[in-house]
Amino acid sequence: MINFLKLISRNKLALFGGILLIIIFVVSFLSPLLPLKDPDVIKTSDRFLLPFSEGYLLGTDHLGRDLLSRLLWGTRLSLLVGISAALISATIGSILGTIAGFYGNKTDNVIMRVIDVLMAFPYILLALAIVAVLGPGLFNAMIAVALVNIPFFARNIRGVTVTIANKEFIDAARLSGMSNFKIIVYEIFPNILPVIVVTISTTVGWMILETAGLSFLGLGSQPPQADLGSMLGEGRSSLIVNPHTSYVPGAMIFLIVIGVNLFGDGIRDALDPRLSKGELVKPQPVTQIKLDNNVENNNNSFLSVKNLTTAFNFNNKLNLASKGVSFDIKKGECLGLIGESGSGKSVTALSITCLVASPPGVIVNGSVKFQGNDILKMNYEQIRELRGNKISYIFQDPLSTLHPLIKIGKQLEETFIEYNHQKNKEAVLKGKELLKLVQIPNIENVWNSYPHELSGGMRQRVSIAMALTNDPELIIADEPTTALDVTVQAQILSLLDTLRKERGLSVLFISHDFGVVSQICDRVIVMYGGQIVEEGKTENIMSKPRHPYTSQLMECVPHIGFGKRKLLTILGSPPSITYKKEIGCSFASRCLIKKDNCLNEDIKIVRKGDSEVRCLYPHE
Amino acid sequence: MNDIMDILSANNLSKFYSKNKGLFNKQSINLRAVNNININLKAKESLGIVGESGCGKSTLAKMLAGLIAPTSGEIKIQNKGINNYEKYELPNHIQYMFQDPISSLNPRKTIYQSLATPLKYLRKLDDKEIEKEIKSIIKEVNLKEEFLNRFPHEFSGGQAQRIGIARVLLSKAKIIILDEPVSALDVSVQSQILNLLNDLQKKFELSYIVISHDLAVIEAICDRIMVMYFGDIVEKSDAKKLFQNPYHPYTNLLLKSVPIKNQKIEIQSLIETELPDPINPPKGCSFFSRCENKAEKCKDINPSETVKGNRRFKCFFPNI
Repeated sequence: MINFLKLISRNKLALFGGILLIIIFVVSFLSPLLPLKDPDVIKTSDRFLLPFSEGYLLGTDHLGRDLLSRLLWGTRLSLLVGISAALISATIGSILGTIAGFYGNKTDNVIMRVIDVLMAFPYILLALAIVAVLGPGLFNAMIAVALVNIPFFARNIRGVTVTIANKEFIDAARLSGMSNFKIIVYEIFPNILPVIVVTISTTVGWMILETAGLSFLGLGSQPPQADLGSMLGEGRSSLIVNPHTSYVPGAMIFLIVIGVNLFGDGIRDALDPRLSKGELVKPQPVTQIKLDNNVENNNNSFLSVKNLTTAFNFNNKLNLASKGVSFDIKKGECLGLIGESGSGKSVTALSITCLVASPPGVIVNGSVKFQGNDILKMNYEQIRELRGNKISYIFQDPLSTLHPLIKIGKQLEETFIEYNHQKNKEAVLKGKELLKLVQIPNIENVWNSYPHELSGGMRQRVSIAMALTNDPELIIADEPTTALDVTVQAQILSLLDTLRKERGLSVLFISHDFGVVSQICDRVIVMYGGQIVEEGKTENIMSKPRHPYTSQLMECVPHIGFGKRKLLTILGSPPSITYKKEIGCSFASRCLIKKDNCLNEDIKIVRKGDSEVRCLYPHE
Repeated sequence: MNDIMDILSANNLSKFYSKNKGLFNKQSINLRAVNNININLKAKESLGIVGESGCGKSTLAKMLAGLIAPTSGEIKIQNKGINNYEKYELPNHIQYMFQDPISSLNPRKTIYQSLATPLKYLRKLDDKEIEKEIKSIIKEVNLKEEFLNRFPHEFSGGQAQRIGIARVLLSKAKIIILDEPVSALDVSVQSQILNLLNDLQKKFELSYIVISHDLAVIEAICDRIMVMYFGDIVEKSDAKKLFQNPYHPYTNLLLKSVPIKNQKIEIQSLIETELPDPINPPKGCSFFSRCENKAEKCKDINPSETVKGNRRFKCFFPNI
């Protein structure tokens, strides 16, 4: 709760709206206790007094009634009616929406079609019709406003419920013996509550306006009872001569709605999980670069990464995801990068062309020299010129990297035209040639398909074709086969291997799987806790790993051909990214051969022959 | 045909999803997910079901757990048809462990609350007994007691999977379906969970049905294996024999495709990888287009099950 208030108060406008609302609420609800004149007492001798007249702070209306008193009493009534209407329609709408979303099929169809019919009427017409049936009066107006707004809630809540009802924890609850009713109450309701609250907070202002609208038309509160709408209605007849009778209630409506909307936005921002996770923050096109010091990099390999350190900035604390990563790739070489989640392998790969989402990503140190130029010192245009051109990426899940609404052919054309500024015709030719290269059967068909119409393997082939469009020199492949079936994986690996050899491509291949890396890589780097722990030729590392992490990890991966058995394990789980500085070997807590001094000092990576290892006691 | 010893059996189990062709076309099209499958599971046994995405293995598993109703066929648990069980009785006998450990926990409930549900609704225990049971099970899966008051998002994948295991055990069901039990976990954590599952099976005399696309995982915990392809079981065998000598060409292809360190995969690179169209399944063998051993006959006739010793397979030209 305190956190929630903090979140809201960070948003200045929401705070302003909240304070405004609190003031209005307190004052109007205290109106019976305040030393006010009776709002309904008529004194025609004092009619149309202007504001700040003696005895009447806000003046009087056409019957000489005190406007201040009427305003506060009226606000109280309007707020009560508006809020009750919001609660009623939220309750009924949410129940209908939850039932429709949870049971689906026929129930859903029947409920939602009725709701659709309700929505088809213009709201004021429907409200008028309801009041006409029930008869005028504030209570009936409230019922009309509530009914009219039910569809809004029902539709919103239904959508959310459908998503939640298909989650695995609902199946799990069912398997725990819960009945449908209990599932709705105990499992689904807590998850849709934030949505209900957000919807209420954004609609309550609207409902106050609608009630006022009905009263303005004379269908809501009946004289002499005052509410904001009827005050406006009464003021309307003397609008030209005595405008203050309309301005006073008008200003109040304005303040209430502004307050509700600002505060409602604040609540939404604080409660919406996507917003609080920062998912809707638009990342910058280039990772923020704040280099502490200049890294000397005189290595002139094809790609040379030196001391690359990337952090995530959470609450002004830098959580280091990769810590001083250095490696190089020669022309035509395939370098494997092995690690578990949180090892920093993907962050390293993305940092090469500054693709780490910023915020929260920051590159705090290092140098990335590509063909002699330091990418971290380039401007946005220069970096953009490299991406998808000289350096291209293949990601794990092609379904999320391909645009779902654009046909495959169009997407391939776009990639080509972006850098070649040529006619569509050439782009089409090039695109089809590429699809042929990645061994896609039935090219014409695929060209005119949308990504979801293809299988996972075909989509990944399309991604590879797209990566090859502008004849790149370096391909960075981040777990390109992890989402695929084994038989398809084998095909994609052999395709990648053939292509890179034919075209002399350099590849940075990221994976968690030793078997996969063995198929394609010349050299391998093993990362753990954001650091490189071992580097060497693939066959050497695979047959004689020197770092205890590498060897222990290899031993605990199940291999085929050994039957049902007890597997070797590594204790504990991989370290998560933290801002704390830890001294010593990050693997020490899980290492089988650790000694006391492993935790005393930072361990340097040591080169021996053509391999490197970061360990005081490596296997020989 | 059902052995008395079988703790679970299913005969001629099928699932078709039907979909109307269009708004005004009443004719519906059938999408084949699981086609005429027979399964039997003995007590204390673990049976692996292996196959690639889209082969129908998850649909099959959910039918067995009573989460999806089959289109046709019968499922018996302890020799009693699952439709004959009382409304909330079935989960006392069969449980399902989900692939994604985090999303199978309600994000707004503490671990204690999540674990208490099966005890409260299935076993109808009172609060004191619930607390006792939870505290003992949490030790069984090597978690600390202080985790109980935390929420799911605070856990790593491995820890969440242990919580999932704990919940399944609390129901006291003897049959547990493990849907891709380790595929969402880090490599170094997978073996911990597999060992835990093996130990618990012995200790509580459980029967497992393990579903996975990973042959190595299946091999590490299963006694018997069924290979599924396109809604059908193409091969059934003891785990050991299957891996030594796969009969069906599809099993063979699966085994050969597994990447092993320091060993290059040898497969024909231009082989078709697409599954047949489930709306319009082929007349003959569904593996025809990808098969190395195919002949003219395979295209028109779907091979029926051949029994050889205690192995069964559906192929005219097996690799024997």
